Amino acid sequence: METHCLKRPTRRQFLSSVAFTILAGSAAPVMARSISGSLPWEARSADPPVQVKPGGWLFFTPEEAQTMEAVADRLVPADDLSLGGKDAGCVLYLDRQLVGSYGTSSRLYTKGPFMPGLATQGYQAPDTPAQRYRSGIAALNAFTRETKGGKRFAELAPTDQDAVLKDLEAGKITLPNKVDAKSFFNLMLANVMEGFFADPIYGGNKDMASWKMLGFPGARYDYRDHVSKHNQPYPLPPVSIAGSMEWMTR
Amino acid sequence: MTTILPRKDVVIVGLGWTGAILAHELTEGGLDVVAIERGPWRDTATDFNIGYAQDELRYGIRRDLFLQPAVEAMTMRNSTSQTALPMRDYGSFLPGNGVGGAGVHWNGHTWRFWDSDFQIADHLRDRYGAGRIQDLQLQNWGVTGAEMEKSFDRFEYLAGISGKAGNISGQIQEGGNPFEDPRARDYPLPPMQMTYAPTLFAEVTRSLNLHPFPTPSANLSKDYINPLGIAMGQCTMCGFCERFGCANYSKSSAQTTILPVLMKKKNFEVRTDSEVLHVDLDASKKHARGVTYVNTSGEEFFQPADMVLLCAYGLHNVRLMMLSGIGQIYDPNTGEGTIGRNYCYQTNAGAQVFFDDKNFNPFIAAGALGQTVDDYNGDAFDHGPLDFVGGAGINCIPSNGRPIQTRPTPPGTPRWGSDWKKATVKSYKSTLGFSSQGSSYPTRGNYLDLDPTYTDRFGRPLLRFTFDFPDNDIRMSNWVSDRMEDIAKAFGGRQYTNTRRKKGWDSVPYQSTHNTGGAIMGTDPKTSAVNKYLQSWDVANVFVIGASAFAHNAGKNPTGTVGALAFHAADVIRQQYLRNPGQPLVSA
Repeated sequence: METHCLKRPTRRQFLSSVAFTILAGSAAPVMARSISGSLPWEARSADPPVQVKPGGWLFFTPEEAQTMEAVADRLVPADDLSLGGKDAGCVLYLDRQLVGSYGTSSRLYTKGPFMPGLATQGYQAPDTPAQRYRSGIAALNAFTRETKGGKRFAELAPTDQDAVLKDLEAGKITLPNKVDAKSFFNLMLANVMEGFFADPIYGGNKDMASWKMLGFPGARYDYRDHVSKHNQPYPLPPVSIAGSMEWMTR
Repeated sequence: MTTILPRKDVVIVGLGWTGAILAHELTEGGLDVVAIERGPWRDTATDFNIGYAQDELRYGIRRDLFLQPAVEAMTMRNSTSQTALPMRDYGSFLPGNGVGGAGVHWNGHTWRFWDSDFQIADHLRDRYGAGRIQDLQLQNWGVTGAEMEKSFDRFEYLAGISGKAGNISGQIQEGGNPFEDPRARDYPLPPMQMTYAPTLFAEVTRSLNLHPFPTPSANLSKDYINPLGIAMGQCTMCGFCERFGCANYSKSSAQTTILPVLMKKKNFEVRTDSEVLHVDLDASKKHARGVTYVNTSGEEFFQPADMVLLCAYGLHNVRLMMLSGIGQIYDPNTGEGTIGRNYCYQTNAGAQVFFDDKNFNPFIAAGALGQTVDDYNGDAFDHGPLDFVGGAGINCIPSNGRPIQTRPTPPGTPRWGSDWKKATVKSYKSTLGFSSQGSSYPTRGNYLDLDPTYTDRFGRPLLRFTFDFPDNDIRMSNWVSDRMEDIAKAFGGRQYTNTRRKKGWDSVPYQSTHNTGGAIMGTDPKTSAVNKYLQSWDVANVFVIGASAFAHNAGKNPTGTVGALAFHAADVIRQQYLRNPGQPLVSA
C-alpha cells in the first residue's frame, strides 16, 4: 500500500508479532508474510489519510497554478450556491494528487507497445497525468497567446475563458505540440470535480462547500434514524473525515 | 532458485469468498490447508476503519482496495478483426485484491440462479425448439436447482442474507419473488427497512401488475450470529458500500463470516502478498504437484500439495489454468479446447426519473437496499412470440449519493459552469434511478485466451478478452428497456431518461464486475473445463471454484451462486473425493 497525500511509513513497515513470520527481509513497504493460529491485530495499525496542508506548490509552477486556478474558477464558478473552484482548493487538491501515485500512473499498466487504439479500449498514450498537465497547460497558454493578443489564459476576461474552454471541450481547437484538446479538457474537468466534491482532507471542497450546496452529509456513517422519514429533509450538517466544521483547522 | 516448502494436504489460490469457504470446510475435515493470496491481509478494524472508510476519493475513485493494473492488467477487443490492447486502468469491471477478494467491496445482492438456468439448453429446446437457440452456445451446467438448494441455503445462512422468500417448498409467499425456485425455508433475516425510492418503485410496479419484492441483501437488516458463531451488526445505510469495505461488520464477506474462526485453526495458514505464478503438473499433465509462487522480494517458492484449489477471481482462475497447461485453450475457429470458452458478462441498461417535488435523500443507502422485479427475468415470461431468449431483473437499488460520481442531471445539462451547478443542485436529491441487469448468453466468438503481445511483471502473457454483446442479448435488453419505459412513465415525474444497451462493449465506463465463464462446468469434457463438482476434467486433483464455472450468466448478480458452488464442491471433496483422492468424480 502507499500513502495518499504525504510520504510516511505505513503500518506494514512495522510489523512484528508472534503471529507473523516474515518470509523475506525486504525494504519494500509491503512484506509477504504467513499468518496462522490467530487473527493478526495490532494497536495503531490502521492507515488513515493525511490532511493536505495548504502552502506552496509541490508540482505546479506559479504560472501553471495560476492557469489552473483560472480554469477551476470557470468550471466551478463562484455564485450564490457556492464559492468558486479556486477558493474551494481544487488546484491545491490537484497539485498534491499530481505528486502522488495518480500523477505518475504508478498503479496503472504502463508497458508498451503503445498503439492508438479504439475508444472502447480506453486511454492508450504513454503520458502520465503529471506529464499531461505540464504539456497541456503550456499548450493552452501558447494557444491563447497566439490567438488572444499575447495573453495567457488567466489574463483573459471570464467570458473569453469560457469560450476557449467550450472550444476545448468540443475539440474545435488544435493545440500545439500534439496536445489533444478534448482529452486534456476532460482530464481537467474530471480532476477539478474530484477536488470540489472529495473530502476536504485532500485539499479541495473547502469548508465542505460542495456538500453543503448539495445537502450531502459527508462522512456520517449511520442513517438508521432517518431511513423511514421518506421525503423529509435530513436535518444535520455535513462532517468530514477530519471532523466537523468546528474542529477543522485549515 | 526456488525454495521447496514442506508439503500440505491442500493449497488454495486466493482467500476470498470461495477460498475461505473451502478452507473452513476442509480444515474442519482435518486437512492441513495453506492459502496463497496475492494481495495484503485485510481486516475490518484496520482496513475498513470507521474513522475513514467513508472516503469516496480514496476507495471509490482511486480504488485502493482493488487490483491495480500495474500488478495485473488484461487486454480487450470486441472481435477478432480488432487488435486487443491493454486496459491500462480498470473501468468496465473492477477485480478485487487481497484477503476477502472482491467480496470485500461488493454491494451484496445475493441471488439463486434458477433450475431453468442450470438446465438451460434442455429447458429452452423443450419450450421453444432448437432453432431458437442455434446462434448461442448455451449448455447445461450438470446440476439441477433441487440439487443446489441445500448449498444456496448454507451460503445464505453463513452470510446472514436479509430477504423475503417467494416460494417455500412450492407455496408462493406474499411479498416475495413468486418466480424463484422453491426454497426449504425463509432467509435468515427479514428484509431491510426501505428507503423512499424503492418504496415508490414498488408502488408503481405493483400498479402495473408486476411483482416487486425486497432485493435479497448481504447488508444485514438486524444483528446476527451466523452458524459459525460469528456476530455481525445491523447495517446503518451509510451509503459507502460498493468499492468500500464495511466498517460496521454489516456487509457479509470472508472477514465478517468466516475468518475469525478460520484464522484460529492450527491446520490453516495464509501467505499474503504472494502471487501464484502457475500450478505445477507432473510429466503426465494429469496430476498437479503443487503451485509455484513469488513473494514481494521476488523470491520463488514451490508449495507441494496433494490438492490444488483455484479460488481466485474467475478471470484469474482461467488465466492460471492457461499458464499452467491445465486443459486445452479454446479456439473459436474450430470450437476445440475448453479453457476460455463461454465467457459471458452482463447486459445492463438504465432509466432515470426527474421530479420537482421529491426528496430521496440519496446518501441514505446500502449496496443491496432496494426492490427488484423479476417478471421479465430469465424464462419467467413466455418468449414464444419474441425474437430472443433470456431476460433481466429490473432493480431499484439506489446504493449511494456520493457526489464525485453520483450527480444525475437531465439530458442537455452542461458539464460545468453556472447552469451545470444549478441543475446539479436541483437534481441531486430529487432523481430516482432504476436499471435492468440482463442475462449474457454465450456465443462461439466471445472467449478468453492469452494475449500474444502484452505481458505482466513476470513476463507472462496477459489474459485477452474477445467480447461483444450478442445480438440476442441486445434484442433482449431493448425489449426489457421498452418495459422500463412504461415504468418510467408511470412514475409521473417531470421527465425521464431511458438509456438503451448498444453493440460495442466499451471497457471504459463501469458496468459490472460480473465476469463469468472461461472454465465452465458441464457434463462433457469436450465442451466444459470442469465437471459438475468443479473438478478439472484434465487434472483430477485440481478444482476450479468461482464464477469461471458459469456456463452462461443470468440476469442476476453471481455471488450467491458462487457461494453455493463452493459449498457444493466442498461437500463432495469431503464426502467422496478424499476416500479415493486423485480420481475423477465423474467418468468422462
